[in-house]
Amino acid sequence: MHIVVLTKPVPDPAAAAERLGPDLRLDRAASPAVVNANDEYALEAALKLTEAFGGEITLLTMAPAGGSDTMRKALAMGATRGILVADPALAGSDTRSTSVVLAATLGDLAYDLVLAGADTSDGGGGVVPAAVATLLRLPYLGNAAKIEPDPAAGRVRVRSFTPIGFDLLEAPMPALIVCTQALGEPRYPSLKGIMAARSKEIATRTLGDIGVDAAAVGGAVASTRVVETRKPPARGATTMVRGTAAEGADAIVAFLAERRII
Amino acid sequence: MGSVTTRNPAERLTEEQVLLRDAVRELARDRIAPRAAEIDRTSTFPEDIRQLLASQDVLGLPFPVEHGGVGGDLLTVCIAIEEIARACATSSLILIVQELGSLPLLIAGSAEQQARFFPDLASGRILAAFGLTEPEAGSDAASVRTRAVRDGDDYVLDGTKRFITNGSVAGIITVFAVTDPDAPRHRRLSCFVVEVPTEGFRVERLEHKLGIRGSPTAELSFAGVRVPVANRIGAEGDGFSIAMATLDRSRPGVAAQAIGIAQGALDTAVAYARDRRQFGQRIGDFQMVASMLADMDAGIEAARQLLYTACVEIESGGPDVARWSAMCKLIAGDTAMRVTTDAVQVLGGYGYIDEFPVERMMRDAKITQIYEGTQQVQRLVIARALLGRPEA
Repeated sequence: MHIVVLTKPVPDPAAAAERLGPDLRLDRAASPAVVNANDEYALEAALKLTEAFGGEITLLTMAPAGGSDTMRKALAMGATRGILVADPALAGSDTRSTSVVLAATLGDLAYDLVLAGADTSDGGGGVVPAAVATLLRLPYLGNAAKIEPDPAAGRVRVRSFTPIGFDLLEAPMPALIVCTQALGEPRYPSLKGIMAARSKEIATRTLGDIGVDAAAVGGAVASTRVVETRKPPARGATTMVRGTAAEGADAIVAFLAERRII
Repeated sequence: MGSVTTRNPAERLTEEQVLLRDAVRELARDRIAPRAAEIDRTSTFPEDIRQLLASQDVLGLPFPVEHGGVGGDLLTVCIAIEEIARACATSSLILIVQELGSLPLLIAGSAEQQARFFPDLASGRILAAFGLTEPEAGSDAASVRTRAVRDGDDYVLDGTKRFITNGSVAGIITVFAVTDPDAPRHRRLSCFVVEVPTEGFRVERLEHKLGIRGSPTAELSFAGVRVPVANRIGAEGDGFSIAMATLDRSRPGVAAQAIGIAQGALDTAVAYARDRRQFGQRIGDFQMVASMLADMDAGIEAARQLLYTACVEIESGGPDVARWSAMCKLIAGDTAMRVTTDAVQVLGGYGYIDEFPVERMMRDAKITQIYEGTQQVQRLVIARALLGRPEA
């Protein structure tokens, strides 16, 4: 079974050090990057599937050339190889450009499943996986809490969260699945995995390689642009409540009631 | 992690070492640090942490790649120990003693012995322990009394070992015993791999300790324990020199543990000095507190630099190995005791209670001035390197 996992480097939420350049785009040189956390859940799901059914995992990332650094950690977790689509013309891409580029790259690959994280911690749009599935006319299975492929039958079953429970969806493979954290905590890379990842292949593709016209994607044709950014207002004074759970609950209820919030 | 250490250590470490260090740091921060207080409070060996370190290949660091290890050099092993000790000194001892107990095999084991024992040790399936110290043989290691008498294809071991770290959880113990009581002092001992459990072997008791409380420190008795000749490491009479060569390579691990404990204490003290306000300002802005933090940081970095240099010197196999090994352990152990004591002072009343980790770190630091040679023994080793053995 061959699985492609869509991964994106995002500013490290733990570092909280992201900086915007004068064009209001992320200053990547000043912002330490990590693999988007939800994508790590998708990769963990892919690793469990290839452990159970055999096969390989290809990471697919669209990012500037430095994106290969963050892919190394995902390779250390156990992915087989990486593909990085990097092209100067992609700077300032919106979700539409991203979806077009990922779909075009997937068009050249053979795979049974594409797994993606629910959304990213920087852009937060959450529409790229659905757009990619639409462009490729792949079955789209969202909110996956459990993934059960049947390679012999060429079909996959997904338990998909809904507001009142879950749906059991079935689709032919290849299919695109959006993963949730219910699939299990991502593993830590083992030390041997880290050593092995150093020699794993990360192939770089340009827009020319994937047959996408540079004029059709990137910042110039983006359908949205950032016109202004503001820092969130400073937090007000913090009240710490100490004590047992019951005492804490009483104190919080009193606090809210005093302000007529409840 | 609120570190105040050098931002770009890549200049002194290889890319590989930086990657491994970061991986162990993340593991220690996320998975080990949250367990540290409970491990200390309950004085229970952290089997979960042992399994974690095994599954992540951390216990494989000191072992050759061809036997399933990671093939890390001494500096790489020490960097990993430091990162674990920064979160939990007890947990770092699992790696330290996995290396310590295996060093006789790494230094003097035959190819057959290495192939037989290393895969299980590298994978962490079994733990190793180092059986040198006895009730009457501490700093004076050559005065070991445990006997090993040849009987056919076996040796028969009788005696008692004391203060054996992980002695109650280990699957193999490298035991030093007298094979020739009449030989010159440094030719009396031989070294054996004792595979436990085995008949005649007993864990007599576990010590109740000031620090490193989750690490079992065992008294072991050997009553007619049969050990095959194939489990003797090196030749008869090589035991003392194997033990000394082992300690030359293992003391840097204790130095790394000490530096990790100190760094963990400094991390806590700096975070506290930033947050805690008295007299309308951060306590870190009081010069008396700021100066303590500065001295702590400078002391830790100096000890770390000495350790890193010592590791390179020891790995290169120069004639001065014992001196480098003793110096880095001496400076790091004393730094850890001073820094952790000062960290408790910076936190004041909060430093003295178990709501913060620094009182535990202060208790844990003390052992680094004692085990694998007291600080007094380290000074003796250094002085002998300078002066030669005493005359007459």
